[in-house]
Order: sequence, then C-alpha cells, then structure tokens
Amino acid sequence: MPVAMIEAVDVVKAFTVRTRSGLLRRARTPLRAVDGVSFAVEPGEFVGYLGPNGAGKSTTIKMLTGILTATAGTLRVCGLDPSRRRTSLARRIGVVFGQRTTLWWDLPLRDSLTLVRRLYRVESGAHRARLAELTALLELEPFLDTPVRQLSLGQRMRGDLAAALLHDPELLVLDEPTIGLDVVSKATVRDFLARVNAERGTTILLTTHDLGDIERLCRRVMIIDRGRLAYDGGLDELRRTVPADRVLVVELASPAAPITLDGIENVRVEGPRQWLRLPRSANAAAVVAELARGHDVRDFSLREPGIEDVLAGLYRGDHEYWCSGRPVAP
Amino acid sequence: MAEPVHAQGAASVPRALVDALRMYGLLVWTWVRAAAQYPVSMVLLSLATAIVTGLDAAAIALLFSRAPRIGGFDASEVLFLYGTSALSFGISDVALGTTERLGFHVREGSLDAILVRPVSPLVQLATEEFSPRRFGKLVPAVLVLAFALTRVDAPWTPGRVAMIPVMVLSGTAIFGGLWVLTAAVQFVLLEFHGAAKSLTYGGAFLSQYPMTVFGRDLVRGVTFVVPLAFVNWQPALYVLDRPDPLGLPDAARFASPLVAAVLCAAAALAWRAGLRHYRSTGS
Repeated sequence: MPVAMIEAVDVVKAFTVRTRSGLLRRARTPLRAVDGVSFAVEPGEFVGYLGPNGAGKSTTIKMLTGILTATAGTLRVCGLDPSRRRTSLARRIGVVFGQRTTLWWDLPLRDSLTLVRRLYRVESGAHRARLAELTALLELEPFLDTPVRQLSLGQRMRGDLAAALLHDPELLVLDEPTIGLDVVSKATVRDFLARVNAERGTTILLTTHDLGDIERLCRRVMIIDRGRLAYDGGLDELRRTVPADRVLVVELASPAAPITLDGIENVRVEGPRQWLRLPRSANAAAVVAELARGHDVRDFSLREPGIEDVLAGLYRGDHEYWCSGRPVAP
Repeated sequence: MAEPVHAQGAASVPRALVDALRMYGLLVWTWVRAAAQYPVSMVLLSLATAIVTGLDAAAIALLFSRAPRIGGFDASEVLFLYGTSALSFGISDVALGTTERLGFHVREGSLDAILVRPVSPLVQLATEEFSPRRFGKLVPAVLVLAFALTRVDAPWTPGRVAMIPVMVLSGTAIFGGLWVLTAAVQFVLLEFHGAAKSLTYGGAFLSQYPMTVFGRDLVRGVTFVVPLAFVNWQPALYVLDRPDPLGLPDAARFASPLVAAVLCAAAALAWRAGLRHYRSTGS
C-alpha cells in the first residue's frame, strides 16, 4: 500500500472578514473558506479540482503548499505537515499559479531557470539534462533569452511549468494553468501535463474552470462548493450522471402558443423561441418533421447535454438530483 | 513554524544560519551575473548612485565651510560621524535594503510565489535584483570616512582604532535589524511602506549629524527608544574622547554590540511572528 501523496482529514480554514459597519465600527464576520474537507490523493493520480469562484479551491491549494496554515484538521503532503515543514516540502513539490508568474519579471527566462536551479540546489549536470528535456517538450528555445516581462501569456505559462518541474517534484500543483490561454497554447500545456503524468509518474492536482482540461486530462474529479466537497469520484461516473435528455430549440416565424407534443416537455417559451426536452427514446428527426407540419419553423438546433450541465446543477446546490455517482457532502 | 529550524529544534539554528548565508551568496552571484549581461547600464547606474550619494557628502562639506563648528564638533569630527554612519547604513542597505519591498509583494500576491520556494523568504527578498550598483552607495561613505580619519584630532590608542570597525559593524547590525523589523511590521500594516522609509532612511539622516544639534529631548528619546544613537554617537564619543552631554555612564559607549544583538534578536522574532500572521490570515 503506497503512502498517500496528499492526505486531508477534516481540514478547515476560517478567516475573519472585517467589514465597515459604521463610521468607526467594524463588524467581524467569521468565514469558513474551507469547511471540513477530507480526501486522499495516491501517487501517480491526475486529479481535477473544480468549483465555482470563491468555493475554496485556492485556499485549499495554499494550505497544501504551506502558504496558509489550516485552522483545524490534519493535512499531510508527501508525508509532511505543509505549514510546519514548508521549506522541506517546497523541495519536493512544484507549484504553478496561472494568475501570476513565479518567474522573475526582469530576467531572461534562461536566468530565471538558473535561479530556480540555485534555489532548489539542483546539481548542474542533472539541471542541464532536465532543462534540455523541458526545452524540447515545451518548445522554449525561441524565447529562452527573452525577459519574462516580454513573453506572451502562453510562453510565460510554459516557462512557469518548466520552472516548476526543473527539480523533478513528486507532486505538481496547478492553480488554473490554462486561464487566458489560446487554443494552441492550451493544447501544448495539456499534452505536456498528460506526458509528465504518464511518463514520469508525477502526481498532478489541477484546479481549473476549463472543462476541456478536465475531460482531456483527469481520471478523477473533486468538486468543492461553499467550502465542502460536493463530489469526489471518477470522471466517467460524473459523466454518467449527465442528464440523458437532449433539448431541441425551435425558432418560429412569430411568437406562438406553447407547442405541445406527446411525451415531450415544453421547457421554456421566449418570444418566437421554444425549448423542448426530448427524452432519450424520442427520434429528433421525427419530432422536427412533425413540428414543421403544424408550425412555420425558421430554424432549430439540438443541444447535447454535457458535463457542464452536471456542474451547473452542482454549483446551484441540487447535487443530489444530478449526482448519483459518489456524493460526498451530507 | 515558518522554517524547518523550529521543527528540528534549536540545535540546528547555526546550521540553518550558515545555509541561509550560503544561499544568500549564491543568489547574489546569480543576480550579479544576470545584471552583468547589460554592462553599460550597470556601469551608468552605479555611477548615478555614487553621484547622488556623493551630493550628500558635498552638502555636508558646504555646510561646514560656512559654519565650522556644529554643536561643538568641528568639521572633521562631523565628517567622521557622517562617514561611519553612512558606511553602516550603506552596508545594511546593500545587504537588506530590498526587504522593504515586502509590502509590495504581499499586495501583489507575489509573496505566495516566494513562499513556495525552498529558501527563507527573507533571503529571497534581500537578494532580489541584487546588482553591483548597490555598492555605489558605499563609495562616498568610504571616501568621507577616509578623509575624516586623516583629519580627526583624536588621542589614538589601539582601543580607539579597534572601536572604528566595531562601531561600523554594530551600526550595520542595528540598521539591518531595523530593515527586518520594518519589513515584519508590513505583514500586519500593508500600507506601512512609507512609514518604514522614514524609520530607516530618516534614521540614517539623524545619525549623520551630531546629536546635540537636535536638542536634548530628541536625543534622549532616540537614545532610549530607537537605539540609533548607538550606531555611531556613543562609540564616537569614545573615539573622539568627548564627555557625553547627557551624562550617561561610560559603559554606554561600549554597548553598541549588545544593542545590535538585542535588536537583531527582536527583529528575528518579529519576522517570524509576521510570517505566521500572514500564513494564518492569507492575502
């Protein structure tokens, strides 16, 4: 039985928010950003960590990396207590913040990476080999000598990834690594991460709002909502909870009374547009043909439900309805 | 606790200190090499720093050509005060001056990036963008001190000569402690940046002139509240063989290293407390 890479038991992070409530008076409101989260990540896993803004994703990441100290609960990363052994832990993990760089703004990328080598005390031969490998994989060569401040977002992110992996960490923690990237850069980053996980066996924990990242990379998904884990399980199980019904959006020539068809629910009417929910058994072509006989149909589209519908449901709080996989929250 | 020092017990403190100093050296070397890639800009900027600080020294010279005695001290004695204080401050500024950027890093969120690296955040901050031009700040201080030493009419004994490096090093440690202390306070008061400047740069200004210029109450406050007077005033009284206008016991003249040690210890504690405060509240 391998030792878990990350082990969290009932982890809580409480903040006190001070708000102005009078001329001089300040109201102190306790806020539980993370409210009793428990999970374990085994070596070699690639886990997606999802949740709406303000759900506690970044706070969790900061506790895992030792930047913040948990208010309650126990946390072990690589077998260490992150807040007590922050420096020792830093040697064994790599961290990338998509929103801000960990590189030095005014230094050329190559010098930033040299500085990283010094900070992590990577032996010079090993550094050269690793740098060559990362340079090839992330295509860094064209901008290695450009100051970081002049790099495009995509280039900078590739540089950050190289910096986080130079010391060959056991665990890579990524906080929204694809935020703001164009399609091509996203693909490069995703391919790279998949490779690092598959070939080096690096454990990866990734937070993102981009479902493409999750669907392409993660076998396991954790969803946090208002400080609590709302789902922890396989991506496939989560996918199976996707509602099977498709939605037919019909645009008529003019506003009309709600269309009623046998076995088909009219979900919404908005001017000339109507939304019809088709059960799995319904034949979309037959429905469209029948509609065209009785109405002046200008246009129509058929929407396949996706994993985003599951998430939207979860974020709204009705996860019991959507999520028959492995709901975690009570 | 912030550093593995605490987790492993007090016995490893000296080793941690040696590690930190070695890392400091490595990072300085890396930054200097990076700066050396732009030699012209490096030389010009060093020159600019030396000129700006040199103007300070020129202002002092000008002042003394008009008023040959200030507070009962003659020109060479004032230049001696200026030189030792400027040198102490200069060395501390070179070594730790960039730690006052802490507030900026907290506000920008870049402190998080500093905290996920396996090196003391203090070392990372102090060496940030280290450039040889920082040494330009020392040039005028060295010149003024050298000039003053050839002119000062002091009863030179081995003890008085040995006092000069002791007072410069104690002063450096006192100013260094102040840099760290003000950085630590910024963890709590993010907008403290401006106040910090007046404490360190203002302090350097204060100790560059004989204390009696500033009046008795201020001098007393400074002697007891902010131990800046020890930077060079008390030891200078010994070197110049002057009675203390405040009538403090003679022992005060040799107390600088002790004050420096106490201040540095206080700064170290404050830094740890500040870091802990940050890590329990977040940005």
